[in-house]
Amino acid sequence: MSIHRRQISRRTMLAGAAALGLTGTSAACGGSDDDSGESGGPVKLTYWSWAPNMEKVAAIWNKKNPDITVTVSKQGSGAEILTKVITAKKAGNAPDLIQAEYQSLPTLVSNDVLADISKYVGDAKSDFAENLWDMVTLGTDAVYGVPQDSGPLMFYYREDLFKKHGLTVPKTWTEFAETARAARKALPDAYLTTFSSSDPGLFAGLTQQAGAKWWTVDSGGKWTVGIDDAASRKVAEFWGGLVQEGVLDNQPMYTPAWNNALNKGTHIAWVSAVWAPGVLVSSAPDTEGKWRMAPLPQWKAGENVTGSWGGSSTGVSTDSDHAEAAAKFAHWINTDPEALAALVKEVGIYPAATKGQSGDVLTTPAFFPNQKDFYTTAAEIAATTATAAWGPNVQTAYTAFNDGFGKAAKAKKEAQFTSALSTMQSKTFDDMKKQGFEVTEA
Amino acid sequence: MTSAPLKGSDRVSVGPLADGTGTAKSVRPSRPRRSGRSAPYWFLVPTLVLFAAFTVIPVGYAVWLSLHKVQVKGIGLGKGAREQVWNGFGNYADVLQDSEFGHSVLRAFGYGLIVIPTMLGLALVFALMLDTPKARSAPFARLAIFLPYAVPGIIAALMWGFLYLPDVSPFYYLLRMFDLPQPDLFDGGNLYLSFANIAVWGGTGFNMIVIYTALRAIPPDIYEAARIDGASSLNIALKIKIPIVMPSLVLTFFFSVIATLQVFTEPMALKPLTNGLSTTWSPLMAIYDSAFLKSDVYGASATAVVLALATFVLSFTLLRISDRYTREDRA
Repeated sequence: MSIHRRQISRRTMLAGAAALGLTGTSAACGGSDDDSGESGGPVKLTYWSWAPNMEKVAAIWNKKNPDITVTVSKQGSGAEILTKVITAKKAGNAPDLIQAEYQSLPTLVSNDVLADISKYVGDAKSDFAENLWDMVTLGTDAVYGVPQDSGPLMFYYREDLFKKHGLTVPKTWTEFAETARAARKALPDAYLTTFSSSDPGLFAGLTQQAGAKWWTVDSGGKWTVGIDDAASRKVAEFWGGLVQEGVLDNQPMYTPAWNNALNKGTHIAWVSAVWAPGVLVSSAPDTEGKWRMAPLPQWKAGENVTGSWGGSSTGVSTDSDHAEAAAKFAHWINTDPEALAALVKEVGIYPAATKGQSGDVLTTPAFFPNQKDFYTTAAEIAATTATAAWGPNVQTAYTAFNDGFGKAAKAKKEAQFTSALSTMQSKTFDDMKKQGFEVTEA
Repeated sequence: MTSAPLKGSDRVSVGPLADGTGTAKSVRPSRPRRSGRSAPYWFLVPTLVLFAAFTVIPVGYAVWLSLHKVQVKGIGLGKGAREQVWNGFGNYADVLQDSEFGHSVLRAFGYGLIVIPTMLGLALVFALMLDTPKARSAPFARLAIFLPYAVPGIIAALMWGFLYLPDVSPFYYLLRMFDLPQPDLFDGGNLYLSFANIAVWGGTGFNMIVIYTALRAIPPDIYEAARIDGASSLNIALKIKIPIVMPSLVLTFFFSVIATLQVFTEPMALKPLTNGLSTTWSPLMAIYDSAFLKSDVYGASATAVVLALATFVLSFTLLRISDRYTREDRA
């Protein structure tokens, strides 16, 4: 789904001006039905989601639960649904159920959009890995959503080209750098991969692996912004150094040129998440069966940690008159075996629930016929995901990332990578301070 | 929209003047006259209601928003963590001090300096050429020049973006084949040319049609008279046609200036393709960023109001200048 999220996001962003006109009207028609429920008829719930085919999963629920009817309303993704939900909340009209990306949760909670549903779904904790559950609680006793899907980071590489040119699959980032140099020597027209300044989510995941905590809340009720911490700086220096050295490409991902590079084999590896097969199938259609997935390279040999890129949860809005019914649905769709199977099959996501990560439903991706144990390996990697720490103004940090790292990547200067990171820190901190948050810098 | 009802009210006021003689006036019963007086307002009602609902109220709301901000308390989570408070002109002060917004305005002007003269120059030349009696297959040429305007801006931008990318562009394929230098069209100054090219490609046709229509409205006997006086085609174009279509040129110029300040589609569509384009490249992108990415409708409203005021001031100043210029011309 993260795949779809990204692509839709790019496309719909362009229609930005149109969105201005739409926000008001769709907010008005997406609201919860106050007049149902009480009169004895079925409870009617509205569910805002951007995932394709989500209505098919809701249909299974509706068949089984005639007293609670869920209607899926298709939305734009990423920042779009976020702005729209916040606007709808202001009008007292937010939908009952909301698909929310993990990094949006603090923003939504800060805008009082998401209700605390701990009393309804608290026992679901055991269904999920700790790092995922921590993201929906924001480190508090409250629960603001039920995890739906996750995107643990992995290392994808062209098995055929690696074999042909005697390249080693890197186990550590040091080996990654060596492989990048070796690849450049063996294939002068190609790069191992690229550093993309348009994908802050990937960079965030890589820093999580290194141990970064971008936003934290202390017990005294104060935020700490730690974007420019030692772990993140290590990651920025590493990638910046390789770009400056000329052994990594510097073009953004998700462009026609990038698709071409993957398809032609001028990018021979990709640091991506578990949903990568779905992207490769459309970006690099000629390379079926040539890729292989391995765990993400580590900072220290023998370690076993990864970060994540993407993923979302199901939350219940504070405007909902049927919070309990909505929470029941949120619980069901993300933990019930039948629902999980439908999410995998129809929506194409990698489920967050631990029991959803094994079993017959997750068959080998059609694009990876050579890797029969794809999802067994994926589940092992997913279990090692580091906890992400998100704050209430992720978008400000992401915009600063795009601009700062864009310039740095273009200039191919390592020093600019680190200065971009400190700009990202100061912009995020200043923005929080200006809004009135109690905040300090790490 | 408003011009039609205004004409209507003019016509009504002509009534009493027309029936000049006093006797006729006293014979007329007063009731139909009173209803006649209110009639124009009834005609105005639909326009006024729509104008209020879709322009006055939203603009007023934006202005109101621009004077407020959200104040977060403490950790800022949960109910009551955010409060909308009065901010006076705080947002405006922020906009005016924001160097990124200032740069985006300068970039828009730089872009306009390339687009407007090129686009209007080409439109004028094409219109004049189509208007010469010797022009062959004029209807086809007219359609061909106009056609790019019918392509939605976003599609045009994506298509050109594709053509600008070295790895997928057929142009670069040819350049490589003949070992010619391959410019980076997304770099620094080239970026302006790349955007301008899309705008000129898409906008020339529309402006050409506006000017061409004005040219067709000129009575042909003027040309006959000029030819009898020995004027060449070039002379007719320079000394008769251009001065007569000047109002159309001024009009297209205004449209272009406003479109320039509002440039959005091209940079937004090309942004994901390159590292060289910031999130706030153009003024509208800066507004989009704060309203739809950062959910700061307050700051975005203030920026939008500043941009709208700047556009008004610019338009009226230019109008004043062109007015004076044409008046002196007449004298």
